[in-house]
Amino acid sequence: MSEQPEQLKIKALQELEGVTSADKLEQWRVRYLGRKGELTLILRSLAELPPDERKTLGARANQTKVSLEEALKQKEQVIKEAQLVAAKKGGIDITLPGRPLPAGRLHPITQTLHEICDIFSAMGFQVVEGPEAEWDYYNFEALNIPPEHPARDTQSTFWIAHGTGNREKSASVNTGTIGAVSPSVRYEMEGGEKPMLLRTQTTSVTARTIAEVGEGKRQLPIMVVEPGKVYRYEATDATHGWMLYQIDGLVVDKHITMADLKGALYEFVHRYFGADRKVRFRADYFPFVEPGVEVAIECAICRGDGCRLCGDSGWIEIAGAGMTHPDVLRRGGIDPDVYTSFAFGMGADRTVMLRYGVDDIRLFYGSDLRFLRQF
Amino acid sequence: MKISLKWLKEYVDIALPAEELAHKLTMAGFEVEGMRVIGGGWDNVVIGKILAINPHPNADRLTLPTIDLGTEQVTVVCGAPNLKVGVKVSYARVGAQLIDAHTGQVATLKAAKIRGIASNGMLCSERELGISDSHTGILTLPDDAPLGMPLADYMGDVILDVTITPNRPDCPSVIGIAREVAALTGQSLHIPEISYQEAGPSIEGQVGLAIRAPDLCPRYCASLVTGVKLAESPVWMQHRLQDCGMRPINNIVDITNYVMLEYGQPLHSFDFERIRGKKIIVRRANHGEVLITLDGVERKLSPDMLVIADEDRAVAVAGVMGGANTEVTGSTTTILLEAASFNPASIHYTGRTLGLPSEACTRFERGISAGMTMPALKRATQLLVELCGGVAARGIEEAYPGKTERAPLSLSAGDVNRILGSDFSLEQINNALTSLGFECKRIDSSLLVATPYWRSDIRLTVDLIEEVARVIGYDQIPMTMPVQPLNKPAPTPIIGLKRNVSQILTGLGFQEIITYSLTSLETMNNLSAAAQPAEPSLLRLANPMTSEQEYLRPSLRASLLAAVAANRRHEDSGIWLFELGKVYLPRNNNLPDERETLCAIMSGPAVEKSWHGEGRAPDFFEAKGVVESLLCRLGITASYEPASDESLNSAEQAAIVMDGARVGVLGKLHPDVLERFEITESAYLFEIDLPALLRFVVGDKLYRQIPRFPAVVRDVALVIDADVAHQRLVDIIKSFPLVEKVVLFDVYSGGQVPQGKKSLAYRITFQSREHTLTDSEVNTVQQQILERLGGELGAGLRG
Repeated sequence: MSEQPEQLKIKALQELEGVTSADKLEQWRVRYLGRKGELTLILRSLAELPPDERKTLGARANQTKVSLEEALKQKEQVIKEAQLVAAKKGGIDITLPGRPLPAGRLHPITQTLHEICDIFSAMGFQVVEGPEAEWDYYNFEALNIPPEHPARDTQSTFWIAHGTGNREKSASVNTGTIGAVSPSVRYEMEGGEKPMLLRTQTTSVTARTIAEVGEGKRQLPIMVVEPGKVYRYEATDATHGWMLYQIDGLVVDKHITMADLKGALYEFVHRYFGADRKVRFRADYFPFVEPGVEVAIECAICRGDGCRLCGDSGWIEIAGAGMTHPDVLRRGGIDPDVYTSFAFGMGADRTVMLRYGVDDIRLFYGSDLRFLRQF
Repeated sequence: MKISLKWLKEYVDIALPAEELAHKLTMAGFEVEGMRVIGGGWDNVVIGKILAINPHPNADRLTLPTIDLGTEQVTVVCGAPNLKVGVKVSYARVGAQLIDAHTGQVATLKAAKIRGIASNGMLCSERELGISDSHTGILTLPDDAPLGMPLADYMGDVILDVTITPNRPDCPSVIGIAREVAALTGQSLHIPEISYQEAGPSIEGQVGLAIRAPDLCPRYCASLVTGVKLAESPVWMQHRLQDCGMRPINNIVDITNYVMLEYGQPLHSFDFERIRGKKIIVRRANHGEVLITLDGVERKLSPDMLVIADEDRAVAVAGVMGGANTEVTGSTTTILLEAASFNPASIHYTGRTLGLPSEACTRFERGISAGMTMPALKRATQLLVELCGGVAARGIEEAYPGKTERAPLSLSAGDVNRILGSDFSLEQINNALTSLGFECKRIDSSLLVATPYWRSDIRLTVDLIEEVARVIGYDQIPMTMPVQPLNKPAPTPIIGLKRNVSQILTGLGFQEIITYSLTSLETMNNLSAAAQPAEPSLLRLANPMTSEQEYLRPSLRASLLAAVAANRRHEDSGIWLFELGKVYLPRNNNLPDERETLCAIMSGPAVEKSWHGEGRAPDFFEAKGVVESLLCRLGITASYEPASDESLNSAEQAAIVMDGARVGVLGKLHPDVLERFEITESAYLFEIDLPALLRFVVGDKLYRQIPRFPAVVRDVALVIDADVAHQRLVDIIKSFPLVEKVVLFDVYSGGQVPQGKKSLAYRITFQSREHTLTDSEVNTVQQQILERLGGELGAGLRG
């Protein structure tokens, strides 16, 4: 027995004082507490001692072991902290900005259209598109809006001159106030050609989609959404633009009901605006549906109490909808006695404005990066 | 349409508060957009009678009227010029909430001394009561106004502002709304039979009537009233008209307006003495015919328009506006009253063409039922007799060439529930329709439904189904999800491509913009740097709002250039933009070809100047790199060929070509073009025709096994004539087996490279899919490559 545990303890702790690095600390640990360490040797030698001596020495040796292990732990902590301080001294300023990488964004309307289309896609709708320059037929007539229908007055129209860029030929059409020249007169002016216009509603795509059935280009059932640009002959201000985005939708199948329309649009509102948003279906009139529906959601600002945004009604209209009029289906070659259908339409610009609190519709088409980078 | 609740209550019992009524109407399709309460603040205003008027001792303009309130008498100080003993007035006690006539603000009336005399309350003008703007005198009330009655009980009202959808021409009227209210609230409707004394001789023989254009005038009814005196209409009628937004004019005109508001049928009154030949002829206008309308404007008419004429001339533009030649004036004593039905399309056309969208016109063009003429005519005749001292001729002159019988519609519960997805019983359906005035006869398990005469909008069974849904309530319709079709058609590929492209480009640092689709000729011409730009083939609007927005754009370029210029005013870093939109290319006798096009522009460094250094301004190869990266993501490798685009610098542009077909172009914008768009720094542009690209987009990618054997990489530096294109070398190198990849890593000329030559250094990766390549295998291929490059292109290894 070379050393008593107490002496060993004093020696080891003295030595530990001088240890300042992790390497040295490990050497120290091996020397005293390692498998062949000095204290370990003492503990191992106990077996050879008589029982009573073994007992007292064993207890003392164990005490020493606990002390040294505790000291080791403390030293480890001290060295770790010292390392951190040292690392900071020679390190980098991690608060400096990173190397800039370009960050492009989608236009807020595109983001919204994607989001809305995705919601409907998940419900089983197919996304389709149609032309912006359109025949009067698909935009109006096929949708129960003949030339003298009052609904035309609410959708002032840009008409497209036939021929290519020939000013003289169509100059006569340009006279008078807009809307004063009825399309029936316009037929004559254009030498019997079909009137062409910039679509005023994406419902024109609904008319086309239905017509495709009669033309053998599309199979029933139909479940589509139709996003796109529409145009109105309207003076521009903060809430009116002459170009805007709409999304129409159409479902045709046997056994489609107004309950399905309600289900689909409530589901949409809950996914897009939030599950706690109240929805309201009320009677309204659109020439191409019967019964007709106005879909409104609870105002986000006042939650139904009435405020400036919702015109004190507590509700904000987001869509027009209804059961597709049997004449519209029949005109496209679908038998309304066999198939039923619902249709809906909503404005995307308005939806974006509501969602982000944008107060001027013209910002969307002004390309100002200070605006676009916010989305 | 403004609807007075009080007026409404004359025709239907209303137990609900106004707010609840408004809600019910809104839900049923009659949106109540606003509500105005008249007399909401009249708590301390009562009806009184002027007993005496004494002069004010200290002021000439003021008087001291004494007012009898029934239970007490009060004296006030008043400055109104229209005081008369015996007149009924509105008296406000101290504490009343009145509108200050000068400030327009509501103020509480206080006791006050005016010129030394205490005024115990005051007499009110219409402005102070909030009824109208009139403040020239105090409000005077009819003699039968009950003394001491609170004014709110006597005159208070709620005016509902109701939006009437165009399919309901019967509803911009008190009775029309009353019918709806009765159905929606289950209350009873009271529409009295109209009767009046017909003291005059029979109208027959006194008035001639002929309809020469029965297609445009299915029905014409007229009554004759003699001995009328033109005067102001009674105060109550004037107030009602004002409350509903109409200006009182005289008793005759006011009656026709009043009945129009009440029954929904526009009426017209002629001075019968001025109808030549005592004959009404309904005909098309003659070529070149003119008529001075009531507003004093001379109207040029055409045979597309319907007129009411006498023997000699037109006396009214039918359904739009009366003529000045037969206008009712102070000397008029005999009135011919017209209630007619006109073709809505014709009225719409005439009103729009003449620029005269009158109230009558907007009502007629919605298609008022011919059945509505007679009740309205009788009601107005009754009022002429009762209020204007007139004597009505016996009977009504009528022509009804367009009389049709509407067949009843059959409706079963199954029909209704098939459309609504509901579970309504026949009983519920029957009740809903009956409440709206439909007559339902039960036959077996369905109803035979007769439509009431005023409902011109009901034509099909779905029209009835909507009525059922409206009355029972849309909120009673259950909610289900439409079942997804099993054979879902594949998504349209171009839509997927657009989405993909836009997302890739944002990843490459571009901001998406959306700009207007219309442009001007000048803007399009600005896109060409050529001395004589090719005449663009453009689609023109027939009715542009401005010359700036006259043509459908054949290109997106101008929009992007304008966006760069506009943003440059506040951006000093890079402006990288793209737009993905349609361009419109005219086609003969067809809709234009609308091509989805991608156009992008790069101006300035992609990233801002930072502590890492200046960003690098883009050059041709950065633009090309973007295009390559985009196409790579789409699984496309294009080739680049010389191009001659007039917007671009001739030295730095390339056509993007796939399989010999041009899908786009890229290059440096021509300085002249940039200058015209006020851009002062260089910029690069690329444009891709998406439908053309779509053909080459790899739809289904096939997995290829990752090589199991190591690759061998060799660098070769070649010296070659300076004008040989890199692409030719790469094409040759890539044509060899074992060549997996070729990367050009250095281009150099000058120094040891001889004049007219350049050095190109390539890193070639060789790889076999079968085994580990040996040096000698690679050497052999490399040798063959060098031999071919030498033989075909004159390339040699750089010494």
